[in-house]
Amino acid sequence: MKPSAQKDFGNGRIVRLVEFNRPRVRFFLNGAEGEALAGDTVLTAILVCSPALRRSEFGPETRAGFCLMGSCQDCWVWLEDGVRLRACSTPVYEGMRLATEAPEVWP
Amino acid sequence: MLYGPDSGKANALHTLFDIMVAEDRIDYHPMSSVVAIAEGALHVLTPGGRRIFGYDRLILATGATDRLAPVPGWQSAGVYSLGAAQIALKAQGVALGRNIVLAGSGPLLTLVAYQLLKMGAQIAAVLDTAPLSAQVAALPDMLTRPGLVLRGVAMRLQLGRRYHAGVTLEGIECDEYGPAAVRWSDARGTSRVTPCDMVGLGWHLRAETQLAGLAGCAFDYDEGWAQWLPRTDRLGRAVEGVYLAGDGVRILGADGAELSGRLAAAACLADLGLSAPDVASNLRRQARYERFARALARAFPWPAALVRAAPDGTIVCRCEGITAGEVREAAVHGGAEANRVKSLSRLGMGRCQGRYCQLAGNELIAARTGTAVCDAERLREQAPVRPVPIAAWMRES
Repeated sequence: MKPSAQKDFGNGRIVRLVEFNRPRVRFFLNGAEGEALAGDTVLTAILVCSPALRRSEFGPETRAGFCLMGSCQDCWVWLEDGVRLRACSTPVYEGMRLATEAPEVWP
Repeated sequence: MLYGPDSGKANALHTLFDIMVAEDRIDYHPMSSVVAIAEGALHVLTPGGRRIFGYDRLILATGATDRLAPVPGWQSAGVYSLGAAQIALKAQGVALGRNIVLAGSGPLLTLVAYQLLKMGAQIAAVLDTAPLSAQVAALPDMLTRPGLVLRGVAMRLQLGRRYHAGVTLEGIECDEYGPAAVRWSDARGTSRVTPCDMVGLGWHLRAETQLAGLAGCAFDYDEGWAQWLPRTDRLGRAVEGVYLAGDGVRILGADGAELSGRLAAAACLADLGLSAPDVASNLRRQARYERFARALARAFPWPAALVRAAPDGTIVCRCEGITAGEVREAAVHGGAEANRVKSLSRLGMGRCQGRYCQLAGNELIAARTGTAVCDAERLREQAPVRPVPIAAWMRES
């Protein structure tokens, strides 16, 4: 099955079902501006506009989190300054600068 | 944000807790994570950095995670645990995909499907590996809590023709973005393919016991719940000064967790020589909850046959991409013991520290070596029980 014919990930993999009217929060993902809602986790913010959080280090596939309860550690992403955080349990904030690849400054 | 029919109970509990915090009756540290226990002290990562808390009595309430079995393709982005689908819905108001297949077994399977449908998500299929016969056979004991059974049946009916019992999962077909379809066969053995873009998987719950292990608790393999559980008395006393409560001891659910918290507190008070409430009626309730919970475990069993039949190429460890074939080979060379198989294959050494692969790993070891699952022993827990950024750990709070 060809993915492009079946799916449009222009709007990401996560779908909002309720609470569309929370205040908007601007953040950056790999340098590009994105929009989230106040109260979103980093995981929600990223996956509303993108299909994945990171690449697997051990296989060809991408990853987008798994347990969402801080247990599986599948959802670690970076801040541009090199700080690592668990996307499922970190709230997004105005002006947050996120990266799905290790930044070059990564210590 | 979004609670189900138990919202009243949950709100009452949270309100009580908030009042105790506001009145300064407890010292509460939110956003903090115990990552090690040694020599009577907890080593904790707090928002301000590392802190050490000494204790003379410790009550652990670590809860449970989904219990997972490997299905070919489950390592892909867009495959989540059932618990994840529920957290996303209740805490964020989102669905993790546009066209969802939920698969596995246990009360959460029906509940999450029902909750997603009610909120307007699209569910393509709900695939239960438990045969209807097992569910019916467990019914008499489940009727010790008739209200819950009725609620479950009502939710199941809402799923309509989406729900299938007694299925065999064959695999998740993935493209570069994630799941494209689930391959399965129905109870009659007919092969089916259901297109989707998200899969939620889970087989009931697995007690989260890493901290109990570090605190020195002993464990027994429980055949009914098909997992290791810490050894305690009926009140939750484990080893000297350590008490356990909630799903981290026995999978009794939310009501049972609240009850076991009360029992552990009573045991702790009594051991300190303080006046403790009478626990007789609570113990009777606990026995009833356990009878119900054990019936649930029989109704929605761990899919041992599915795991044993996993093709060699199936990834068992999502963290490091270790396959069923590699685990089988390690069992042949290293022997039927989980910690030796871990050393040889790295199964259980990744980010999640074996939380999502250990039970499947033991099933594969037992099948390959012709031994019992419990004889493969449990993985010894190691601190830190979850990864900690070194920079945060260096900061003393």
